[in-house]
Amino acid sequence: MTALKVTDLSKTFPVGGGLFRAPKTAVRAVRPMSFEVAEGETLGIVGESGCGKSTLARMLVGLLEPTTGRIEIEGKPLDNADPAAFGKLIQYVFQDPVSSLNPRKTIRQIMEAPLKRLYGMDREERAARIREIFASVNLREDFLDRYPHEFSGGQAQRIGVARALAAAPRIIILDEPVSALDVSVQAQVLNLLADLKSEFNLTYLFISHDLAVVEAVSDRILVLYFGTVVEIGPAREVFKTPRHPYTKLLADSAPVVGRPLKAPEQKDSELPDPLNPPPGCAFVTRCPRATDRCRTAEPKLRPLGEHQLAACHHPLEG
Amino acid sequence: MISFLKLLFRNRLAAMGAVVLSAILILAVITPILPLADPDAISTADRFKRPFSEGHLLGTDHLGRDLLSRLLWGTRLSLAVGIFAALIAASIGSAIGIIAGYFGGRTDNVIMRAVDMLMAFPYILLALAIVAALGPGLVNALIAVAAVNIPFFARNIRGVTVGLAGREFVDAARLAGMGHGRIILTELLPNVASTIVIAMSTTVGWMILETAGLSFLGLGSQPPQADLGSMLGEARSALITAPHTSIVPGVMIFLIVMSINLLGDGVRDALDPRLRSGALTRPRAVTLVDRRGNVPRADQKGLLNIQELETQFHVGPRIYRAVNRVSLHVNPGEAIGLIGESGSGKSVTALSVMGLVASPPGVITGGAVRYAGEDLLAASYDSLRAKRGQNVAYIFQDPLSTLHPLYRVGDQLIEAIQAHNRVPETQARAEAIELLKSVRIPNPESRIHNYPHEMSGGMRQRVGIAMALANDPDVIIADEPTTALDVTVQAQILSLLDDLRRERGLAIIFITHDFGVVAQLCDRVAVMYGGRIVEEGPTETILEHPAHPYTKKLMACVPELGGGKRRLEAIPGLPPVVHELPPGCAFAPRCEKATEACRAGEIPLAGTETHTVRCIDPEEELA
Amino acid sequence: MGAYILKRLLSAIPVLLGITVIVFLIMAMIPGDPATAILGSYATPENVAKINRDLGLDQPLVNRYFIWLGNMLTGDFGRSFSLNRPVLDEILDRFNATLVLAGVSFVLASVLGILAGVVSAARQYGLADKLITFTVIIGISVPSFFLGMMMILLFAVNLRWLPVSGMYAIYGGGDLPDLLRHLIMPASALAVVATGVIARLSRSAMLEVLRQDYIRTARAKGVDERRVIMGHALRAAMVSIIPVLGIQAGFVLSGSVYIEIVFQWPGVGRMLVDAILKRDLLLVQGGVVFVAACYVFFNIVVDVAQSLLDPRIKT
Repeated sequence: MTALKVTDLSKTFPVGGGLFRAPKTAVRAVRPMSFEVAEGETLGIVGESGCGKSTLARMLVGLLEPTTGRIEIEGKPLDNADPAAFGKLIQYVFQDPVSSLNPRKTIRQIMEAPLKRLYGMDREERAARIREIFASVNLREDFLDRYPHEFSGGQAQRIGVARALAAAPRIIILDEPVSALDVSVQAQVLNLLADLKSEFNLTYLFISHDLAVVEAVSDRILVLYFGTVVEIGPAREVFKTPRHPYTKLLADSAPVVGRPLKAPEQKDSELPDPLNPPPGCAFVTRCPRATDRCRTAEPKLRPLGEHQLAACHHPLEG
Repeated sequence: MISFLKLLFRNRLAAMGAVVLSAILILAVITPILPLADPDAISTADRFKRPFSEGHLLGTDHLGRDLLSRLLWGTRLSLAVGIFAALIAASIGSAIGIIAGYFGGRTDNVIMRAVDMLMAFPYILLALAIVAALGPGLVNALIAVAAVNIPFFARNIRGVTVGLAGREFVDAARLAGMGHGRIILTELLPNVASTIVIAMSTTVGWMILETAGLSFLGLGSQPPQADLGSMLGEARSALITAPHTSIVPGVMIFLIVMSINLLGDGVRDALDPRLRSGALTRPRAVTLVDRRGNVPRADQKGLLNIQELETQFHVGPRIYRAVNRVSLHVNPGEAIGLIGESGSGKSVTALSVMGLVASPPGVITGGAVRYAGEDLLAASYDSLRAKRGQNVAYIFQDPLSTLHPLYRVGDQLIEAIQAHNRVPETQARAEAIELLKSVRIPNPESRIHNYPHEMSGGMRQRVGIAMALANDPDVIIADEPTTALDVTVQAQILSLLDDLRRERGLAIIFITHDFGVVAQLCDRVAVMYGGRIVEEGPTETILEHPAHPYTKKLMACVPELGGGKRRLEAIPGLPPVVHELPPGCAFAPRCEKATEACRAGEIPLAGTETHTVRCIDPEEELA
Repeated sequence: MGAYILKRLLSAIPVLLGITVIVFLIMAMIPGDPATAILGSYATPENVAKINRDLGLDQPLVNRYFIWLGNMLTGDFGRSFSLNRPVLDEILDRFNATLVLAGVSFVLASVLGILAGVVSAARQYGLADKLITFTVIIGISVPSFFLGMMMILLFAVNLRWLPVSGMYAIYGGGDLPDLLRHLIMPASALAVVATGVIARLSRSAMLEVLRQDYIRTARAKGVDERRVIMGHALRAAMVSIIPVLGIQAGFVLSGSVYIEIVFQWPGVGRMLVDAILKRDLLLVQGGVVFVAACYVFFNIVVDVAQSLLDPRIKT
């Protein structure tokens, strides 16, 4: 069953312009994209800074209104304007655990907000529900009357996860949930997320820049470059047998113990200018396989191999 | 609240202000019940009596009215008007500011344009225009003063709100189903409240002054009613013959405003968390060195030799032992990796070498850092400065914040060259271009005119590396130079560093939390935990046969590409806080193998010539 | 650069229009009938109607605004009834005096304030810092009009070093030394508060900047500490000091009203206060618009200076 279906979703930000002037130009942060996530699946989303992964995530939870496209959760289209309608179905765990908790509220007040606003629970129901959730994320109940600054990053992130769970969503978007944490604490949080997923039958979208982490937690992986999906496929295959040259570049760049150091990319290339994007494939300036066709025609996402899709005119062999 | 008051009164000036202000406030409150003469009773026979005359403690004014009585009644009026104006300005201004900041976009744009318009007037023009329109009078002066201060609050509070509205907890509140009104009242307002209080406490005094000023001009309170300003205004014509009639109200205004300012500063300091931690102290040019005990003797190891280094942070009564007797050396042409989590002391170790730890609060309390045999911790500032960049150079983590934003990158490179060599500008410029070439920046001739913000993260870090290379140093200390970069850029930077090291025979101390990076670049590795080195040895040995349980666990819990979906090994618990380290092994609370002996006391670094570990029950026997 | 200046000048147009609208609206709030105020006891119905027609007061509000604006653009600010001369002539006569007073004060305050702030930050918690901090607290708390009066008592009345008031000596004055002698007290009394505010802000801006990573970078490459402070740190601190200079210029201009009264300085401020007390509203209106417009242009200069300093602004 499909938990999340996205059709032609895109976001364009106007640039320049003023109070009475029309914007001069626009940045296409997310180009029209479509994908599906099955119930119980973890979809990993990787990409480097500026690839549009956070914009995508914020649209999926309704914090940002899409320019085009529609979002369906379990077959029902979502009202783009109302975050509360999103709130019951889809929740968000933020990158910076400390900044995602209001410093002036106790943990109890933070936990109660979704229960009160989304479900209208009374005091006792709320207390019972919070107790339940805290037990499942391994947090002590005496934390409830403390303030966020009293917690370490790892604990604060557990609280962030607990808050997301309180809304009893079907889908949780995890936006770099461990990148602000120390390595020895990352694994704790990742394992907790895995446990919760099976316990509550959740669907995850896991966004990260860390390829190894994404590979370790995801069923399928979606690779973003410059606002476009360049490749999507099963986690075990995407980095082992990349079809898109950009995916290969990413995989080759990740430091691996025992692999000698060699720059995978000798050209001193930079990301394309978002205000002035190249007409064809956005990766063309960095791509060793680029031809004239790549410079003029934008490649479409197409199936390659059994489960993989890539947007490339000259894909790599499997 | 109690801790706030404590903090406030620890500040002696603020306490003084509070005492003076409370005295004045109490006097103002009890004025009606004090046995005072009628402030408006005219007695022309008693004009201009000097202070301390019979029946008139402070003398009388030009109409023979009792000055003490007029002073107290005037103070009462001035305080009331000033405080009331501040309250009006603060509530209207803050409401405007929060709304503009929270909604942003067009709402913000329209409101802030209007506010800018009001701020385009020198404030008194607006106040004068308002008084001109409404007519002179105390209430009108109050309205004018409140009105001209509204933009100040609006702008201030908007600034803070914009920062908060972008924070993730506001998004979280929206996802929890809260509406705009509720978010403003329960999420934003409590967070801007302290800013409002600060803005008020720093402007009340100013507003009292402004209303007094309008009254002084004859535009505020009208006779016979007097506030402090109009008393001063009326006394001005007799300034030379009877100066006390001017001095009495003038000094009172001064006392009120000063006590409010002192208290206001204290409130600001106590409420502003940045100031609270003492963060606004200026770091000295060199870290303070205060070595207790003996300086270790030179042992001829390595080109740069860190011996038993101890660096601490003294914050209030707490002592953070960031670096606890760390010894480490690096030979010419060698790359050594210093690996650890945040708070392990790896960066502080690196910064201690050239005295770059911010001080206060940092203090180097023991050990030695020898460069070619000379103890840098005992060196004078001039001799240390001469070695910074010349012999030992640094590459820092985030090139956006570590390059000066207002200088062109070329000028920053030229400065690095000229800091040590008196070369003419043109030659330095040519060298700078060469440097940019050597770190493979395309079009260096035009790139040297760029400002840092005009470059991408990877290019900026190349400039950082070029700057470190400027004087051909022997040792480069790279403090997480690739952590802020994307993976594909990280790979480029790492291979560049590796090439440079081989070409130039550089010694590199590479600080990171990433085993993958260390494995690719470094010959030797030292692992830090809780301010100490827990294991050290050749990279391959440690990667294949880690001896310390922490090293082993740390490697296991970091996923590596190619492993597929799996459950990760986790280390329970949290890294230690270095101001309350347990006796014995700092890792013991998180270690499955820990025994009583681990917690009992100091565990030495032991092992072979090349591979050492600080553990009594290591994973691998080192022989 | 030229393009930036042009852009800023163009953006001043709506601000200037806004200023005229605000002033106009405030003046339109006046209760009662200006004609009666002007005529006083001569207010017969015919006279009132005539004045209203002359002043265009029988027209709707919007029309009146545009008539007023149009007149001002052609240099006609109206006629002051209390002085019986054109408003603009009076303003221009008075503005020079204010400009001299406020300008000297502002330069004094900026130079001394920044200097004190830098010294204070560089010697944080040292004797110089404590002394400066203490002086600054006193300076920003003392009302400038009171300070001016006390200066007159001390330096003019008791010590007889300086003239009591005025801009030039009545007999035999008029040259530059004479002006300077008259200027010393009012200019310094006016500068005190601004100096204090600028010094405080410069100190905290310097302290903030000195904690930044790029200062550590400068030290790490071996740059001399004097250059670190006077070059790297001060330059970066100026980015937050310059806007405050712009704001303080407004405060100096404002404070000059009091100082002009205390020292009988023949400037615009004194003219405005007299005009308000005499209910000469055309003079008030014209004076406020004129001075505010000058301040707007001054702020453009500040912005341009800021953009020269900070390359991140020019977008």
